[in-house]
Amino acid sequence: MVSATATRPGSSDVADAGPRTDRRPPVSRTFYLFLIPTLVLFTLSITLPAVMGITLSFTDSVGFGEFQFTGLTNYVALFQDPAIRSSYLFTIGFALVTVLLVNVLAFLLAVGLTARIRAKVALRAVFVLPMVISGIVIAYVFNFLFSNSIPQLGQATGITFLEQSLLADPDLAWITIVVVTAWQAVPSALLIYIAGILSIPGEVYEAAAMDGASARRRLVSITLPLVAGYVVINMVIGFKNFLNAYDIIVGLTNGGPGTATRSVAMTIFSGFTGGDYAYQMANATIFFLIAVVLAVAQLRLTRGRSALS
Amino acid sequence: MTAQTLTTTTPGQVPVRRGRLRRRGGEERTSRGTTIALVVCTLAVFAPLYATLTMSFKTTAQSVDGQVFSLPSPISIDGFVEAWRLTNFPRGFAISLFVTVVTVVGTVALASLAAYAIARNWDRRFFRWSFYYLLAAMFLPFPVLALSQVKLTGMVGLANPGGVALLHVMFQLSFSVLLFTAFIRGLPEELEESARLDGATTWTVFRYVVFPMMAPMSATVAIFAFLASWNDFMMPSLITADSTLQTLPVLQSVFQSQFSSSYNVAFASYLMAMAPAIIVYLFTQRWVMAGVTQGAIK
Repeated sequence: MVSATATRPGSSDVADAGPRTDRRPPVSRTFYLFLIPTLVLFTLSITLPAVMGITLSFTDSVGFGEFQFTGLTNYVALFQDPAIRSSYLFTIGFALVTVLLVNVLAFLLAVGLTARIRAKVALRAVFVLPMVISGIVIAYVFNFLFSNSIPQLGQATGITFLEQSLLADPDLAWITIVVVTAWQAVPSALLIYIAGILSIPGEVYEAAAMDGASARRRLVSITLPLVAGYVVINMVIGFKNFLNAYDIIVGLTNGGPGTATRSVAMTIFSGFTGGDYAYQMANATIFFLIAVVLAVAQLRLTRGRSALS
Repeated sequence: MTAQTLTTTTPGQVPVRRGRLRRRGGEERTSRGTTIALVVCTLAVFAPLYATLTMSFKTTAQSVDGQVFSLPSPISIDGFVEAWRLTNFPRGFAISLFVTVVTVVGTVALASLAAYAIARNWDRRFFRWSFYYLLAAMFLPFPVLALSQVKLTGMVGLANPGGVALLHVMFQLSFSVLLFTAFIRGLPEELEESARLDGATTWTVFRYVVFPMMAPMSATVAIFAFLASWNDFMMPSLITADSTLQTLPVLQSVFQSQFSSSYNVAFASYLMAMAPAIIVYLFTQRWVMAGVTQGAIK
């Protein structure tokens, strides 16, 4: 394909021929120009900080000035730090609860939205809407609802459980974060489930209906098993995203009351001010390793699924 | 799965069909019960948005009673006037717009060029490995890089909206290159070859043959870059050193400390920060919906 351009003198596409011995046609130099600037920018803004961070995690750096290598000191300290442990426990627990809630809601909505209903397009558009709204802004809105409107509702209806603001209760504040995160995360899971359900051939349902299978039976015995792959994808993608929880927590509880709802991301960012820069770098490195494990799991699972379909 | 995605997004087709795909004809007529149940469920979506809307049109005196669902009486735009002034809305909006436009244009340009080079030279190790290299960042969460990135952007004079836009582009790259590469692999090469035989350079082929054919995928990539950039809080709040150069989502924090009883002002400001994304969504919802599905099931 390059032969034509290679014979054009003066064109910017003079082939990168060189004294190659292999029989493949040479690659147009323009292709390198298309790719290399991006690679350079990417390396400077993603790879370099990653390498820097991992390197500094083995030092006693406070973020500036001189530092010395201290080996695994930071990592040993991390594993003994109750604040770190509680932030991981909170984040993982929160991510698990949220991913379950999101997937149950999204699956049920997807079943409804693919059924024979009126105003299908409009209803889908409404349920996808939360996806486009800024997490921090909607968290501020919910913050007001949780601290004012719901306690008022509790007083009006006499339900004492609701009278106290959930945000002020160290044991229950996490519920608000789950609710708002789910509010925002349902749409993308929902769209993936809709695609999954639409990929099931209609004949399967027709055959089942002819055999007299009830609607519930069709849901449990046909829809659910056939979208199992999509459930797995949604669970892994969701879990991975929820581990990064930050915006919504800042808007709702800012990690409080006390440190009851401090996520891993929030403890890492405390490295800016807390003087434990290298220490939080080590924390970030551990967090990164968890992300890698999840990524590998995701690739394995999605590959397994496409092999099936 | 790549192959499957490709078959559903052949060039020239606007990816609107997904939402419209008809489900088999096995079932009974429209189910009224399901429709009603779903309409009831939309309340969960609308409740906080409705609260934002009513609160923002109230007077300060009415807003302090905490009854978010009551209608404003009288209707007042004082909240908007005050929020406009307090957050310096025109400046915040301009900075948000700048960051978002740079992110969208940068992401589409860099990702489509890189993806074209990769897809058409897949048999070369350099291009193949570059693809995996760019893809690897998809699994790298921002909190992991944040501390070093803040330091680096500070060192090179990018602790400002320009640096935020650059990082937004870089974090969108993996996903966007993946989408573009899959799409280009599905494009027939004959057109490009005939253009070359007519003497077109690689750049001309890209600009006048390949890029126009990629329009549907560019739309998807652009919408995701827009949403990620416009709504982001984490990166601008950490990267931008000067608080007068903050984007709209970050500016909203002003209502958490001061003016805490002027709820109408706070909600008017929230509404102004949300509105642009909602308006864009109203016009592009089909692409948004198609994009999520393509992105997840690669």
